[in-house]
Amino acid sequence: MAAVHGDVHGHEHDEHHPSGMMRWITTTNHKDIGSMYLWFSFAMFMVGGTLAMGIRAELFQPGIQILEPELFNQFTTLHGLIMVFGAIMPAFVGFANWQVPMMIGAPDMAFARMNNWSFWLLPVAATLLISSFFVPGGAAAGGWTFYPPLSTQGGLGVDLMIFSVHILGASSIMGSINIITTILNMRAPGMTLMKMPMFVWTWLITAYLLVLVMPVLAGVVTMLLTDRHFGTSFFNAAGGGDPVMFQHIFWFFGHPEVYIMILPAFGIVSEIIPTFSRKPLFGYSSMVYATASIAILSCVVWAHHMFTAGMPTVGQLFFMYATMLIAVPTGVKVFNWTATMWRGSMTFETPMLFAIGFIFLFVVGGFSGVICAIVPIDIQVQDTYYVIAHFHYVLVSGALFALFAGVYYWLPKWTGRMYNETLGKAHFWLSMIFFNVTFFVQHFLGLAGMPRRIPDYNIQFADFNMVSSIGAFGFGLTQLLFFYIVINCIRSGEKASQKQWDGATTLEWTHLPTPAPYHSFEKPPIIK
Amino acid sequence: MVENKAATNALMLKKLLIFTVMMFLFGYALVPFYEKFCEVTGINNLLQPDKQSKEIQVDKSRWITIEFDANIQGLPWEFKSMQSSARIHPGEPVTVMYEITNMSDREISAQAIPSYSPRFLDKYLKKFECFCFTKQVLKPKETKQMPVQFVIEPSLPAELQTMTISYTFFELPANSSVIKK
Amino acid sequence: MRSKSVVTLAGVSALALYSSMAIGSKYNLPEPQSIIAKDIYDQHMMLLWICLVIFIGVFGVMFYSLLKHRKSLGYKAANFHHSTTVEIIWTVIPCIILLLMAWPATKTIIAMKDTSSPDMTIKATGYQWMWGYDYLQGEGEGISFFSKLSTPRAQIDGKEPRGENYLLEVDNHVVVPVGKKVRIIITANDVIHAWWVPALGVKQDAIPGFIRDSWFTADKPGIYRGQCAELCGKDHGYMPIVVEVMEADEYSKWAEARKASAVKTSMHIEKQ
Repeated sequence: MAAVHGDVHGHEHDEHHPSGMMRWITTTNHKDIGSMYLWFSFAMFMVGGTLAMGIRAELFQPGIQILEPELFNQFTTLHGLIMVFGAIMPAFVGFANWQVPMMIGAPDMAFARMNNWSFWLLPVAATLLISSFFVPGGAAAGGWTFYPPLSTQGGLGVDLMIFSVHILGASSIMGSINIITTILNMRAPGMTLMKMPMFVWTWLITAYLLVLVMPVLAGVVTMLLTDRHFGTSFFNAAGGGDPVMFQHIFWFFGHPEVYIMILPAFGIVSEIIPTFSRKPLFGYSSMVYATASIAILSCVVWAHHMFTAGMPTVGQLFFMYATMLIAVPTGVKVFNWTATMWRGSMTFETPMLFAIGFIFLFVVGGFSGVICAIVPIDIQVQDTYYVIAHFHYVLVSGALFALFAGVYYWLPKWTGRMYNETLGKAHFWLSMIFFNVTFFVQHFLGLAGMPRRIPDYNIQFADFNMVSSIGAFGFGLTQLLFFYIVINCIRSGEKASQKQWDGATTLEWTHLPTPAPYHSFEKPPIIK
Repeated sequence: MVENKAATNALMLKKLLIFTVMMFLFGYALVPFYEKFCEVTGINNLLQPDKQSKEIQVDKSRWITIEFDANIQGLPWEFKSMQSSARIHPGEPVTVMYEITNMSDREISAQAIPSYSPRFLDKYLKKFECFCFTKQVLKPKETKQMPVQFVIEPSLPAELQTMTISYTFFELPANSSVIKK
Repeated sequence: MRSKSVVTLAGVSALALYSSMAIGSKYNLPEPQSIIAKDIYDQHMMLLWICLVIFIGVFGVMFYSLLKHRKSLGYKAANFHHSTTVEIIWTVIPCIILLLMAWPATKTIIAMKDTSSPDMTIKATGYQWMWGYDYLQGEGEGISFFSKLSTPRAQIDGKEPRGENYLLEVDNHVVVPVGKKVRIIITANDVIHAWWVPALGVKQDAIPGFIRDSWFTADKPGIYRGQCAELCGKDHGYMPIVVEVMEADEYSKWAEARKASAVKTSMHIEKQ
């Protein structure tokens, strides 16, 4: 802790930080690093989105028109990896960097230099991942889950992906250690754990999950690497190994990963709903317990991704019951949000619209999740477009909508300026409509029997695929509007007031001027 | 004060380096550790015959069907079992012959890996002799017949009536020894 | 404000329209042809109805609140923030609903896993990119063949009009008799594949070096189509599965003819 305070004092005497590029490369300021995380993830979102456009363009009609099957597989693989590890996760870390210190009344993150390092690992990893398109043999093409033996067959692209995942994992672990330390040690006097804003709570739990599962991912990709190059047989039956073991280890990481991407989203929404309902969050403590139980349950349900891999009956039953159980705490959260809105005094600015859109569509994703949890039904829909629809409802209209909500909510505090409300609302409605056009129809494609990860399909699927592609193009274009809104806000938005949202109650709104100063809370506020 | 700090930092660095080296060595120590562990617990026992020590009672009251399946993966051999299935009482010793033929013009060594359906059959399956305990080497165009001798323990759950024993031959890289125990 | 509720209403009714279009059309689970597939179909429909009821319940409350409890209508915010009774109620009720859903599913799982006492056993082997079938036991024992996509390349490239079974047709069908319990042993020769025929309610990953099993009993003669359901490389989309169900006597004829007309030209895949 001494080191941390030393740092803060250092800044007091040295207000002239380097300018230009060097400012960003050497910065240890949580706000600078938070901004870099957010911009990085937006750039990755654009790259991953471009890949998605390629995929949907190929699927616009039956037959092979644009992408040969091999390239198509590379597109789907990298789309998944980039969106998960490059766009959604860093975006949430960006929010944590900006918001956690401000919301708990801390001057900065606990390990400011490590914070810088964990960000600057990301562009390296992203470069490795994207450059794999240009090596002989192309990028990894075994799906974002890279199951062996298929991923053992791949070329140099797979190795680049493995190294990239290593680096991303290291970055995530450092980021989460930083967040845990900050939250546990640097809260303002009087801010007990049960007084922390929900967003901070969800990130605390998420960070623990990250520290738990990221090493598992690093381990499994290392085993894959040694299988590929050093003659081990972890996942090769010929040497006494088992390909299914990879799936167990991967999903032991992979399922908590899903909650890593959704819990901070719950946190953002839990900040926004009370603000715009002008009413405190209903059932704060049950929200905390629900988040914690979701996190714990998420560690014992991994094999529901593998119901068709062949498991003993008892295994299937256990994983089915455990998975269904997650619906209970998740339901509690939805009910709590509804109860927060009930008899509030609501207004519907863009952040609130995105938050309501989040709840509405996340519940749809939750329903399809319960349906997928039922083993007999999962046998039919596993590895079909039904699953694609399910997890896009959870990750796009879940995580991504919450991220949009959060950006609109905190943009005035970050930049000191307001975004254009009309355009913001247009962004919401267009996203909402195009999202559903894209993904709602995919439920039916999956039920009707269209497998995922295929570049070409039977003509019976043609009409809904075309609808879905049109929706996807619309959704992609809409996000350019978001870019414009943010730039426009930073450049020429109207001045925002200290408490831009009259219902806001957290420290950054009540105790800090707008825009938030470069160094905030050098003297901690006292929480009563 | 400053010197003192440098000294503590150096000490910390030393400790961390020692810790790193120890972790690295620990990684290598895991290899013999896991071998011993599997030997003691009998996990993943692919190459050891089971002991024929205890008397096994034949359960005449019920019949079970055992199917024999043979696969090759990525090598120019033919591999089949001489009988497709056997109808037996649990506890009855069974001997099945398998036949392998090398169709190519080079000497090839390969290893067979067993697989069972249902998977927990291995708990009740005692194998006394199997071609899968060692690597098999076939000269060009050579044919070999090999037995598997086993018994299914009568403690087998009653609802199990049909089960499959399957072997898959994988080519071993030239001059390599048998897969590690 | 009016316009917002209109938009919301339009959105919801569009979703409802979609759904009604889909029910009973080609965009639902295929018509079940085995007892397991029938169970799955019924459970899925039951779950849809349960979800719909919950959906209307939860969002009915939320949308009522969204419409009435607005600042623009002058509504003053209340200040309640917790109620243990309510929270216990909305924890317990979902648990009960989940139990209702899990009960039939449990029974189906146990039935799906019972591969004992089949009338015949067929082994399906996944290759990159086709399926191999060996009739291991029962009538037709010894039959062995490969089954490859038969859609011509010109259709894929769009130079010929695409047929009704585009990408779902193969040279050799897996033929089975109607009403007989068929056990399928599934394995793979190179990477993981998955053997999936939706109408029969069977999907099982094919793991190289290991065998897995599943079973079906087809109710009616007919041709049922499926696809590989686990990414297996470049031509993953081009290795369909076609099961042809025949009457018992027709099947006997087919098996005889098949056995007479030579065995599978044994095919070896030499590693490069």
